[in-house]
Amino acid sequence: MPFGLLKFGLKKNYPGNHRFTPANKALKNHYDVVIIGAGGHGMAIAYYLVKYHGVRNIAVLDKGYLGGGNTARNTAVIRSNYLTEEGVTFYRESVRLFQDLSNEFGFNIMMENRGQLTLAHNDAAIRSFRWRAEVNQHLGVRSELVDRKTIRELVPDLNLSEEARYPIIAGLWHADGATARHDAVVWGYARGACARGVELHQLTEVQDITVTRGKVTAVETNRGRVECGCAVQSVAGTSSVLGMKAGIRLPIHSYPLQAMVTQSYKPVLTPHISSPQLHVYLHQTSRGEVVIGGGTDPYPLYNTRSTLEQKESLAAAVIELFPYLSQVRVMRQWAGITDMTPDYSPIMGLSPVKNYYLDAGWGTWGFKATPICGKTMAELVATGKVPTLIQPFELERFYRFEQINEAGATAASH
Amino acid sequence: MKILNCPLNGPRNILEFSYGGEFHPMPDPSRCGSKEWAEYIYFAENQAGLVTEWWYHLASSYWFLAQRNTITDEIVRTFEVNEVFSERVEFSTQPEGDQNNG
Ligand SMILES: Cc1cc2nc3c(=O)[nH]c(=O)nc-3n(C[C@H](O)[C@H](O)[C@H](O)COP(=O)(O)OP(=O)(O)OC[C@H]3O[C@@H](n4cnc5c(N)ncnc54)[C@H](O)[C@@H]3O)c2cc1C
Repeated sequence: MPFGLLKFGLKKNYPGNHRFTPANKALKNHYDVVIIGAGGHGMAIAYYLVKYHGVRNIAVLDKGYLGGGNTARNTAVIRSNYLTEEGVTFYRESVRLFQDLSNEFGFNIMMENRGQLTLAHNDAAIRSFRWRAEVNQHLGVRSELVDRKTIRELVPDLNLSEEARYPIIAGLWHADGATARHDAVVWGYARGACARGVELHQLTEVQDITVTRGKVTAVETNRGRVECGCAVQSVAGTSSVLGMKAGIRLPIHSYPLQAMVTQSYKPVLTPHISSPQLHVYLHQTSRGEVVIGGGTDPYPLYNTRSTLEQKESLAAAVIELFPYLSQVRVMRQWAGITDMTPDYSPIMGLSPVKNYYLDAGWGTWGFKATPICGKTMAELVATGKVPTLIQPFELERFYRFEQINEAGATAASH
Repeated sequence: MKILNCPLNGPRNILEFSYGGEFHPMPDPSRCGSKEWAEYIYFAENQAGLVTEWWYHLASSYWFLAQRNTITDEIVRTFEVNEVFSERVEFSTQPEGDQNNG
């Protein structure tokens, strides 16, 4: 084994985490399935369609590059401690798929089971944590309410002072919380899909969608017209804009979500830490950087600019939790456009256009759903039947006033 | 600091305001069907470009309208609601047909 490692280390073509670059191909004028958006979601749908349903004639089109959208920008929190039965069941299945993803790909996605600790600074938070813990345990998800003593054991460096602005009084400990390398996930799906004949076309923007008698027949791109048997949209922040081209109005507002990362330091922090009250969450990557994120910007915008206000607020919150981080340096900051729904649950499944499928409304929490979304959406496209797991998330729920309210479990915890 | 020019309070830090949603004429809840009502309360244009929307000044509880470019984040114009509403809008609180049932 050490010799094997040494051999790899000295090799020029280290076979490890190579970035996946698809071959440039001419765009055909017809595909059975056109998937719009080559993020984790679009590539996962293509992967499960070709590998498990034998659908071969698939094109994935992206206006930018593979995984360059929110897949590249997220903070990679993976968890299943949601509040509703529908949500917990769905995300639990995704976390399970994540555990086996490196084997599935034969490619290391650097899955790390670190656990997630969400902090309560008031009684209302404790009540909601108790509720979440009960729902989670009932559905087989590891989640429990913990006291200050346990918090100190889990995270010895956390500021548990009672003099703090908002003292920490309890926590929700989620042992199933994890993280993985986000780029590796989309590269793994893309590599597996393209090896089986899926065509991935970068720099190919869908500019219009032709709907004839209630069915999609073609998409117009900057590289010409492509006819299709059916189409799937997985475009995150621009869901509403693309949906409108198919004549579909969505219950979505697009907000920027900002994040930042510090320089690398020695390992000091293992679990994800999240404070809904301070609107902040953080963890330390295996490279030693502290990744810091929070809530979305206060109003909708299609612009990934950063603001000093948000950076100041994140920094202030982090220093309150870990005063020793006051001296660390921020290395990078960025933003992505998130497609927020009124109930903080996704919109997946059928649309008013018969052969046009929706994979939208993932807001600030969709990275963790990549595997299960790919698997269930592929099943839908291949069989025409909506899998039970995603039935609650259909667009129609808004017309029936049957929202899947995850607001309490999602805000600022991702 | 981003500045928003409030029609009542003048130029203020945008953090003093709350975004109030897209401007759409409100259907009469007692007359419209549930589909139309769902469309009004949940669905959105969410356009990339010039939009008209509600804003609220928190300290003075004052609602007004703004035109904003959602790509450049430029606030083009803010104005008072009486530019679009010339009279008070009254809504009955009971569904049509139910008026006599108490
Ligand atoms: C800062 C930040 C932190 C986050 N943190 C977390 C987290 O910790 N955990 C979590 O689970 N989720 C998190 N999320 C949310 C998560 O990133 C997204 O929900 C998820 O990545 C969505 O994946 P996707 O494949 O649907 O979208 P994307 O990766 O955004 O892919 C969509 C693709 O569509 C392309 N596209 C758009 N329009 C068109 C068009 N007209 N034609 C062709 N292509 C088009 C884009 O170029 C893009 O590549 C975070 C998001 C952000 C911004």
